[in-house]
Amino acid sequence: MNLHEYQARAILESYGVPVPQGRVASTPQEAQTIAAGLGGPVVVKAQVLVGGRGKAGGVRIAPDANAAAEAAERILGMRIKGIQVRRVLVGRAADILKELYLGLVIDRSRRQAAVMASSQGGVEIEEIARTMPEKIVRVGIDPFLGLLGYQARELAFGIGLEPYLLREFVALASGLWRAFSETDASLLEVNPLAITPDHHLLALDAKMVLDDNALFRHPDLASLRDTSEEDPREHEARELGLSYVRLNGSIGCIVNGAGLAMATMDVIKLEKAEPANFLDIGGGAQADRVAAALRIVLSDPGVRVVLINIFGGITRCDEVARGIVAALQQTGVSVPLVVRLVGTNEEEGRRILAEAGLVAVSSMREAARQAVSLLQSQAPSAAAEEKEG
Amino acid sequence: MSILVNADTRLLVQGITGREGAFHTAQMLAYGTKVVAGVTPGRGGEQVHGVPVYNTVKEAVAAQQPNASIIYVPAAAAADAAMEAIDAGIPLVVCITEGIPTLDAIRVYHRCRERGARLIGPNCPGIISPGQAKVGIMPAHIHRPGNVGVVSRSGTLTYEVVSALTNRGFGQSTSVGIGGDPVIGTSFVDVLALFEADPDTKIIVLIGEIGGSDEEQAATYISQHVSKPVVGFVAGLTAPPGRRMGHAGAIITGSSGTAIEKIAALEAAGVKVARSPEEVADLVAQIDP
Repeated sequence: MNLHEYQARAILESYGVPVPQGRVASTPQEAQTIAAGLGGPVVVKAQVLVGGRGKAGGVRIAPDANAAAEAAERILGMRIKGIQVRRVLVGRAADILKELYLGLVIDRSRRQAAVMASSQGGVEIEEIARTMPEKIVRVGIDPFLGLLGYQARELAFGIGLEPYLLREFVALASGLWRAFSETDASLLEVNPLAITPDHHLLALDAKMVLDDNALFRHPDLASLRDTSEEDPREHEARELGLSYVRLNGSIGCIVNGAGLAMATMDVIKLEKAEPANFLDIGGGAQADRVAAALRIVLSDPGVRVVLINIFGGITRCDEVARGIVAALQQTGVSVPLVVRLVGTNEEEGRRILAEAGLVAVSSMREAARQAVSLLQSQAPSAAAEEKEG
Repeated sequence: MSILVNADTRLLVQGITGREGAFHTAQMLAYGTKVVAGVTPGRGGEQVHGVPVYNTVKEAVAAQQPNASIIYVPAAAAADAAMEAIDAGIPLVVCITEGIPTLDAIRVYHRCRERGARLIGPNCPGIISPGQAKVGIMPAHIHRPGNVGVVSRSGTLTYEVVSALTNRGFGQSTSVGIGGDPVIGTSFVDVLALFEADPDTKIIVLIGEIGGSDEEQAATYISQHVSKPVVGFVAGLTAPPGRRMGHAGAIITGSSGTAIEKIAALEAAGVKVARSPEEVADLVAQIDP
């Protein structure tokens, strides 16, 4: 789960990490009040869960409260990568002597959390890694000991920090680590971490991603989820416990298992069409889940053919077949359906489908071929939209 | 021969009285796996399908000497269950549970390293050595004893490939699901080393997916240490960046972890990479006609 900057900075603040004074606003009036309270120049920043807001004009500096209201007026409601801005963060503008980078990540191959620091802040860490890999210092964190003082000092010296900032840097790094581990984060980036002219460190921006699998033990953090930026179908799927990602193609997919769902999308592409979505109904899916999945996929207006691919192991083919038939009866399916059904109780599943006038194929490649040929036999506009998608 | 599990495996089932645990215990027993004990705290003294249940792993170990454990405990308690098995000295811990917090999985992995235990998973279908033992949730009937070693990050995608292999007459020495989470106990490289050393494995099938760099590390290892032919498949060529594709570990971050990179790395190491799951069996047939 991605957090907004204003949410992440509140968490950092509670762990003693210095952040600029500021508050979040959802109207120009609120932005004005906040700016007036802060006094002096402020930065007004769009709060959206996509990157690139600076380039899109979503970050503006305002010399006073009236200018802050104007800036908020311009930013609120604008769209950044298709996402409407609903809130802005109004923060005191800071003078900057130098910009650093400090981030915590999960290092998958070493199976540990790691801190990365760089003297080259203000640009993306991937960019630094590509152009100046020698400017990144990394330390791995022992899961039982946490970030040790000497490791934080190694980072500080590694990025050439002046000794007078050492104590402050070590405190800040250990605060970041505690915030990371105690919230079960999977990413926590402070970029830039500024050195101010009065020789202090200040976290000017914060990016935080929490581990969805750990939210059960952080109900306070789970409630921070902003669903307003989510595709409504993805939201509904998540509520139902289905894993769904919307794409831009024309062939809707319903599959059991994440790996098989990805492979199904790939085989559709191999047959020269585009998948409309990723959807994993999970193991042992019951008829009602299949019906719910079909409803979600069909609610996407781009879907012109639906391909259902089930490899029955724990999932029983007869249950899936009942779900398909139930969905056909409840909602009425307006697009052609291709069903590939093999495995546990396959015969019974085929019989149930046959009674409803559906034929199941047994090969995945053949199912994709049929789906693509059904797509191509539709109105020519379908093929044209496919290309645009 | 086979790797990891065989006819001598004495299995403990953690979470044996739960719906999943009880169901799969019956399935594993039916396959001939020696399920010698189960653990559910507070249910000691009961039996599940004739298997004695204990309150703690320590008691189960003292009474039945299991040499492997499989975990069906819900996510919130699964890491603790794994720690209990490791600390009781069980050398092989297979964790089926999906949804374990990553920081918990990291601690379990490092505890395993300290104690010399091996963790398979989490979020995996388990291990089967056809004809000898099934320690997992995979449908047994699609497998046949044979000489193809299968290792995969996925569940049903593995069944798909195994089924295609069996239909073409290629049995399996062992099929290992290493799990779809970002942090897993045993990587492709670990399993490749086991298959390379296993005299009954003649061909290796590796099924990867987007996210992380396990496939790239496998490619490096294959080019340096694996003499047996390897056939691969990598799922997720059409997956968009930044989105989690079902598995917690299946996500392209920035520009890294893409299927294109992984396929290129594997092909550069001499791996024949199939374009669809069904094609895996065709490529195996080309190697062993």
